[in-house]
Amino acid sequence: MTELATLPTNRDEDWRYSDGAFLAKADLDAINHWRTLEVPAGETRREQLTQSGSANSGSTDRLRVHVGRDARFEGFYLLSGSQYQRMEVEVTLEEGAHFEFGGVTIGGGASIQEFVTRVIHAHPGATSNQVVRAVQSGMSTGNFLGRIEVARDAQKTDAAQNFRAILLEKGASANTKPELEIFADDVLCAHGAAIGQLDEQASYYMAARGIPPQIARKLLIQAFIGDAFENIVDDAQREEMLDKALHELGDLSGGSA
Amino acid sequence: MLKIENLHATIGDTEILKGLTLEVAAGEVHAIMGPNGAGKSTLSYVLGGRPGYEVTAGSVRFNGIDLLDLDPHERAAAGLFLGFQYPVEIPGVSNVQFLREALNAQRGARGEEPLSGGEFLKLAREKAGLLKLDMEMLKRQVNVGFSGGEKKRAEMVQMGILDPKFAVLDETDSGLDIDALRTVGDGINSIMRAPDKAVLLITHYQRLLDYVKPDKVHVLAKGRIVKTGGPELALQLENEGYEAVAA
Ligand SMILES: Nc1ncnc2c1ncn2[C@@H]1O[C@H](COP(=O)(O)OP(=O)(O)OP(=O)(O)O)[C@@H](O)[C@H]1O
Ligand SMILES: [Mg+2]
Repeated sequence: MTELATLPTNRDEDWRYSDGAFLAKADLDAINHWRTLEVPAGETRREQLTQSGSANSGSTDRLRVHVGRDARFEGFYLLSGSQYQRMEVEVTLEEGAHFEFGGVTIGGGASIQEFVTRVIHAHPGATSNQVVRAVQSGMSTGNFLGRIEVARDAQKTDAAQNFRAILLEKGASANTKPELEIFADDVLCAHGAAIGQLDEQASYYMAARGIPPQIARKLLIQAFIGDAFENIVDDAQREEMLDKALHELGDLSGGSA
Repeated sequence: MLKIENLHATIGDTEILKGLTLEVAAGEVHAIMGPNGAGKSTLSYVLGGRPGYEVTAGSVRFNGIDLLDLDPHERAAAGLFLGFQYPVEIPGVSNVQFLREALNAQRGARGEEPLSGGEFLKLAREKAGLLKLDMEMLKRQVNVGFSGGEKKRAEMVQMGILDPKFAVLDETDSGLDIDALRTVGDGINSIMRAPDKAVLLITHYQRLLDYVKPDKVHVLAKGRIVKTGGPELALQLENEGYEAVAA
């Protein structure tokens, strides 16, 4: 979108759940930096990234994608780490194009991880599917702001969006805010959101079969996160993402939980 | 083998078990019958250590150890198996993964070597065959999308794989069709009928007891065992009802 003239603050809608302290001291050029990707008609591009943070106070990754006619863009992301992390994706879909998005946040301490997406169904027959899973412990926060825009002539749009968060500890939190701007009438838009704890019944069922609590917890979280990476077509790559996520969880449970 | 004495248990502020005493010897099958809400499932959960169920008095000894002192997963490793009245669905976790983790955790707790993937699958295939459950079902997520009867049969496959010493089976017969009832009955006998094992069968009907013959039948009402008899007690209850027999 347009360049920001000044640093964003929590008063800006798209940054409302962001780390205010990070924003106040951020580098405007870095925040204004967008990666761009053009997916030619009929082709497929995939991106798989893990951001586990660094010593500085946080990072933003902003990606703008144009997906050509009957083309596909698939992006899978893992945000984890001790600081503020924001992954933002803006996707414009041509006729018959598809956007597949899977995101996982894993946070501990006082960290904030967030996904912000804007999916523009500009033309008819495009589809999008977004699945975000957040696992937060400590005082951390996981966010998903997902905006879907369906243009007037973008009939037969099929856009799905699903967010679920598990709060492992009392101080953890999650925010979500689906925004649908629909100007066409023949449109399917499914969105769902749920924030809760680990399933106690399932945990007990596992214990009743002899599975110790730490392993039960790991299995349940693994299954939960798996939703977001389910549509990574390559088995090895899917395993890799899951392994990385579990590794991050291991770091978490070694600490506070 | 299992000795329950004067057990009192509460859920929240409500006392559900009110001085329950019961002893099951090795090699025996006992049936527990009783009206809805009597506390039968509560008893099974208290034995299984389910969070939210608080024991306020009494004791439970299992092969000489204090069962109530163990965490739920330790009770399983000690040889206790709970067949759930309402088996729980675990989305995203396959039966194979679930049961292999469970078996190997139990083996580990007992100081035994874990089973390899191949050894485990062989065992799982054998037990699924025993219960006439398609092996493909075990590759699916735990109980997700299973019919009522399939869940019950899958639980018996779990029991076969985990090979417990003592099983508390809470209405395992509910939801089973006529053929499945026989299969499950045969399965229970084949898995649990041994001199060093015992079973507590919670049921409302005689029909499962036709296949799994109980040594004793107890009536549980208002949180206590109010009557104990032989297999004939179940028939009498079925004919005359709880009010007449155990009032
Ligand atoms: N979570 C709970 N909170 C409060 N009361 C409960 C809870 N769970 C069970 N109870 C009550 O405890 C009593 C015993 O329930 P329980 O499930 O043990 O009965 P049951 O004998 O297994 O009955 P059924 O034959 O219907 O399965 C019932 O009155 C029930 O309402
Ligand atoms: Mg019950």
